[in-house]
Amino acid sequence: MDKVQDNRAWFLIIPVFLIVAFSAVVPLMTVVNYSVQEIFGPGQTFFVGTEWFEAVLADDRLHDALVRQIIYSLAVLLIEIPLGILIALGMPGGRSARTSLTLVLLALPLLIPFNVVGTIWQIFGRGDIGLLGATFRAIGIDYNYTSNSAHAWITVLVMDVWHWTSLVALLCYAGLQSIPPAFYQAAKIDGASKWAVFRYIQLPKMRGVLIIAVLLRFMDSFMIYTEPFVLTGGGPGNSTTFLSQYLTQMAVGQFDIGKAAAFSIVYFLIVLLFSFVFYTIITRTGEGERK
Amino acid sequence: MDMDWMAWTTPTAIFFLCIALMLAAMTAWEVVSPTVEAKGFLPMRTTRGDRLFIGLLGSAFIHLGWLATTDLSLWGALAVSLVWTAVVIRFG
Repeated sequence: MDKVQDNRAWFLIIPVFLIVAFSAVVPLMTVVNYSVQEIFGPGQTFFVGTEWFEAVLADDRLHDALVRQIIYSLAVLLIEIPLGILIALGMPGGRSARTSLTLVLLALPLLIPFNVVGTIWQIFGRGDIGLLGATFRAIGIDYNYTSNSAHAWITVLVMDVWHWTSLVALLCYAGLQSIPPAFYQAAKIDGASKWAVFRYIQLPKMRGVLIIAVLLRFMDSFMIYTEPFVLTGGGPGNSTTFLSQYLTQMAVGQFDIGKAAAFSIVYFLIVLLFSFVFYTIITRTGEGERK
Repeated sequence: MDMDWMAWTTPTAIFFLCIALMLAAMTAWEVVSPTVEAKGFLPMRTTRGDRLFIGLLGSAFIHLGWLATTDLSLWGALAVSLVWTAVVIRFG
């Protein structure tokens, strides 16, 4: 029987198109318009061509922020993805009180607003009243995230790991739960080792959720703003000033709207490029094995 | 409707018009002859839309690289980008 072609369902996605147009496309177009103009106020704009882009591309502080951002995002991925997989592998399966408790505990950090996470860690790390800071001092480590760049970096990283590893773990757990028991039974009959089960059954079955986890964690960490802003304010010096914070300083602090708009476009293109590369690499991995 | 807040300029209007025309042309092309995944010089199988996306993204970076490294006219970057996009769509 011939397949019936009916494209009327496309009309049903018109509301989504409209919402995306108003919430994403129109603002993005506005940013592109701003990026080629000097903005003094509403109606007071002067065309400057590519001047802002040239200024942004030659900005050393932006280069430093970009390098910091790339190192930070890669560190986040290298820690959170394996850790999330490990946690998911160790989680109890089936329907039990233990499973429910684990799921609720893991979901807790995800429910805390970003600025509250920053505040929690700001207090937690303080040497005088914070549990972490006071513990370090008690054992003789001179820990101070407000004056030591390495300490600030480690604290911001650990804070992100604390906040978001649960998301990776929960996604991987969902992937693991979708594996039919027959796969494990077949592996047991074949005498497969734990590593072989992980490599040839669990990992391939988690591929879909891992793509989502890597992309979400990459994009989120690459655009991180609130937590480091609350925790360190970008300091000490500029050591934890990432791209978003530098962009905000430029747009809101200095009211350099045109330059900030050009920066936003470069930033957007970098995120788009990295996401596309990650997506392509992950979706291609294992294609050969499946054929 | 007052669109002053969007601060439109002629060059950016032309830019978005070109993007819109490209998308409309791709849609029409898809209706007339649906795309099939193909493998060219790019390291993965791609549809026509994928190749246009790669062409446009590459073009954006060609323009940025041009601005960062030379003082020559941006028309040069546009020419390189057009060649790049055409090559990717045809052979990618």
